[in-house]
Amino acid sequence: MSAKHEPNAQQIKDEQLYRQMGMTDEEFDRAAEMLGRLPNYTETGLFSALWSEHCSYKSSKPVLRKFPTDGPRVLQGPGEGAGIVDIGDNQAAVFKMESHNSPSAIEPFIGAATGAGGVLRDVFSMGARPVALVNSLRFGDLSDARDRYLFEEAVAGIASYGNAIGIPTIAGEVQFDNCYSKRPLVNAMAVGLLNHEDIQKGIASGVGNSVMYAGATTGRDGIHGATMSSSEVKDGEIPVMQAGDPFLEKLVMEACLELVKSDALIGIQDMGAAGLTSSAAEMASKAGYGVELNLDLVPQREEGMTAYEMMLSESQERMLIVVKKGREQEVTDLFAKYNIQAVTIGKVTDDKMLRLLHKGEVVAEVSADALAEDAPVYHKKSEEPAYFREFQAMEMTEPVVADLNETLKDLLQRPTIASKEWVYNQFDTQARSNTVVAPGSSAGVIRVSGTNKGLAMTSDCNSRFVYLDPETGGKIAVAEAARNLICSGAEPIAITDCLNFGSADKPEVFWQLEKSADGISDACRKLNAPVISGNVSLSNEVNGVPIYPTPTIGMVGLIHDLSQVTTTEFKSAGDVIYVIGEASLDFGGSELQQMMEGKIFGQAPAIDLEVEAARQKELLTAIQAGLVQSATDLSEGGFAVALCEKAFGAEGLGAGVTVSGSAVTALFSETQSRFLVTVKEEKAADFEKAVADAIKIGVVTDSNRIVINGENGMLIDGTVDELRSAWKGAIQCLLNSEA
Amino acid sequence: MKFAILVFPGSGCDIDMYHAVNTVLGNKAEYIWHTEANLDGYDAVLIPSGASYGDYLRPGALAQSSQAIVSLKEFAATGKPVLGVGNGFQILAEAGLLPGAFLRNKGLKFRSGRTKLTVLNTDSTFTADYENGQEITIPFAHEFGNYYVDEKTVEELKRTNRIVFTYADDNADGSTADIAGVLNETGNVLGMMPLPERAVEEIIGGTDGLPLFNSILKRWSENNVSQA
Amino acid sequence: MTKVNVYVTLRESVVDPQGVATIEALQTMGYKEVENVRIGKLIELEVDGSVADIDARVKEMCEKLLVNKVIEDYRYEIGEVAGK
Repeated sequence: MSAKHEPNAQQIKDEQLYRQMGMTDEEFDRAAEMLGRLPNYTETGLFSALWSEHCSYKSSKPVLRKFPTDGPRVLQGPGEGAGIVDIGDNQAAVFKMESHNSPSAIEPFIGAATGAGGVLRDVFSMGARPVALVNSLRFGDLSDARDRYLFEEAVAGIASYGNAIGIPTIAGEVQFDNCYSKRPLVNAMAVGLLNHEDIQKGIASGVGNSVMYAGATTGRDGIHGATMSSSEVKDGEIPVMQAGDPFLEKLVMEACLELVKSDALIGIQDMGAAGLTSSAAEMASKAGYGVELNLDLVPQREEGMTAYEMMLSESQERMLIVVKKGREQEVTDLFAKYNIQAVTIGKVTDDKMLRLLHKGEVVAEVSADALAEDAPVYHKKSEEPAYFREFQAMEMTEPVVADLNETLKDLLQRPTIASKEWVYNQFDTQARSNTVVAPGSSAGVIRVSGTNKGLAMTSDCNSRFVYLDPETGGKIAVAEAARNLICSGAEPIAITDCLNFGSADKPEVFWQLEKSADGISDACRKLNAPVISGNVSLSNEVNGVPIYPTPTIGMVGLIHDLSQVTTTEFKSAGDVIYVIGEASLDFGGSELQQMMEGKIFGQAPAIDLEVEAARQKELLTAIQAGLVQSATDLSEGGFAVALCEKAFGAEGLGAGVTVSGSAVTALFSETQSRFLVTVKEEKAADFEKAVADAIKIGVVTDSNRIVINGENGMLIDGTVDELRSAWKGAIQCLLNSEA
Repeated sequence: MKFAILVFPGSGCDIDMYHAVNTVLGNKAEYIWHTEANLDGYDAVLIPSGASYGDYLRPGALAQSSQAIVSLKEFAATGKPVLGVGNGFQILAEAGLLPGAFLRNKGLKFRSGRTKLTVLNTDSTFTADYENGQEITIPFAHEFGNYYVDEKTVEELKRTNRIVFTYADDNADGSTADIAGVLNETGNVLGMMPLPERAVEEIIGGTDGLPLFNSILKRWSENNVSQA
Repeated sequence: MTKVNVYVTLRESVVDPQGVATIEALQTMGYKEVENVRIGKLIELEVDGSVADIDARVKEMCEKLLVNKVIEDYRYEIGEVAGK
């Protein structure tokens, strides 16, 4: 498409061409009103991209306002590339989670890889060195060839990017459910570290300062990616995808981290979704200035690109940088050391406009605030769905299980429960030599280099609970993430989130979004973990059917002393086993229900945040006091699965325990706020004093058997080796089944 | 003893090497950017892992375009120790300083974890602190860890005792003759796919990599004492 | 402008893990007639055609960088193409 053939402003209006770019009639009228004239083709493109859900949060803003975003540790809340929390000693943790769902549904390898690349840029553009990656992945249940392909390729894509750039992937989760069939969720989280004085922001201030472009050339890839990521994928549509180059990104990253030490730098931002448009408009708007760009100076990889194409390209590995006037050559030289081009393409102005020049003409002139700040905000219609009322009214009964041992083995082979080593063995988990706990435990832990502190991180969301009861499910997602950190010996300090939902135009979906945000907010407040960054991904639907609402929680915790790091697996025979909290009849949305019924229904497990907070606090205090040998929370599959997992990670250890109450509930119920802990015998008395709800149930044995007794005799008796091999090989087995 | 860590664009694990030598061993290592590769004054050269030049064309291949390889070859010819791990091993093989070449892992996927190695030669500069036949556990992370040498070369390597590490029980990537690490003819250049610099602290990856670095240090101080 | 196509293949004696996986997939899909698969790569060079002894130069590039003769074989074609 060349400029000559672009429709003029009147045609865009008359033929409603803005609709092809994802704008509504009202939005187009609003843009024209702000402009005081009809926007031309390029300007329409600018508005459509920045007013997309992905960039403007126009539908989700009223919901996002619910989140607590402040706290004593918060140095930067939502609104920048990534959030920042203080971790003491003048250091801070910087993190962000982002979705790359739509691209991953179309081309999973590239989609997932660029997701990792983008979120890393968000972190290093704040001035932080990325130190770890976490990912949260969801796919169909692997019975379908396309879903197996999406899974294998997305994992390989993440691996290719993270491994090549040399940042370890240390935690994550994978959930399988057919609600994600052909519409996978790929959420990537990056965590970085910086010293307080190195914090950078994406601002363009100081009239006359230079706007520089650094990194890869601009091509026609990913044009309108921001709009695409906010819409449903339909069969047969294959847009040009933006591909990633981790090698280039590594060089850009090293150069940027050198640049942040220079006083020539004013502001820096990734050209992410909506590329040059969003970075330029946002940097100007945040600073209260304007930006003028000469697009002739933009490094281009294709011939004859129009202003529209350059502004909306989502070519990867590009940064927009504002530097003090007269210091441009220094910056160019700095980047040249890494073989990266950095060129001046414009300047900061005082008129608050984003002005674009191309071939000697002004091709666009729009208020930066209008683009970045004044997108319409929609208060979407919200309606409690019929299914919710129906599920709430259901009387829940205990599932009837014929063979407890077989059922346990079947649960261990469910892909959501089975070992994820097929996934994480493809990731370099140890790069940079700071990984204290690699994937496979409750949370990943890295050492904060040069200190005796650690950062624990996890991502969690049981979307089945969120579907059954969004408010409760939202609370559970946050609580479970916090439990995973507590079990690692960490104090939760903040969260990032990816709100993956269906179309917000559906009142039921918007209701799910609102309710789950309420639940998340409550839990964040109760557990002292504010939301410091995040991302919204709406319209995750296939053929009009929304996915389960999936507000993924990425949480980071601080370990004050590395000697307090605790892991899941049993440590030695003779240790006493405790369960914290009792089981009740909680099978709505459980793995057992899904496995036996092929669907989920009823009420999600109840959660009392008071109880949750008290138990977390007591357990963490006990861990910090050195009373605990191993800890894990009870999640999918319930007690029996958690007990097995504690044996799987240890060599030659088993367990002998006795549980009370009805067998099926004791073994498989997914009651919340529960933990399994082992304690050295000589510390048992102190531990019982410290943790009020701890119930002694048995001991770690050297028998290589898992033996669970009930009130009326033996319930489970199996060898660890046999159970482990079922659990370990399940995903590989599913992938091979119809290869 | 002064170590140079040769850094190519994309060498992501240079920091692992730096940390091992400076922080853990308390010795001195400096980063040498590939364009400024003057190796005068260094006692040993370490080539770290990572993905130099993005692993494009073939892992390790594009490093040959750098002037640093010329300096490295001169350095190696003086008999001083050169250690290449992971991608560093691939660079040494592509540069012709070590025999063989690398294929994609037999399972076609990137693999990482810890692997058991058998130490076969304890006479070398790099392995004197190990016991002969000792089993050690060392982390690894690679996609092209499938080491290939032809049969004639394998025989030659065996005859001259240049295979210093083999995979003890898990040669999943398909390396010829289970080879995990080999020496050059003169014994001063070692390449290995597993990453000993990630096994120098209990809290990170165990300490089975420590004797390798200690061997280098010990040999150096012996030589320097005898020369004094 | 001269276009050079360099075809790089794994040497006969070297096992090709990608080829093995691909032949298994093809046979599973019912293409039983496939007896062997070897995966190689095509490197396209656009070269200033006025350079003397282009053949020798290309051969040198292959031997020095483009091909690793420990594991790979190669052949190349040199052809004139019209400018873009």
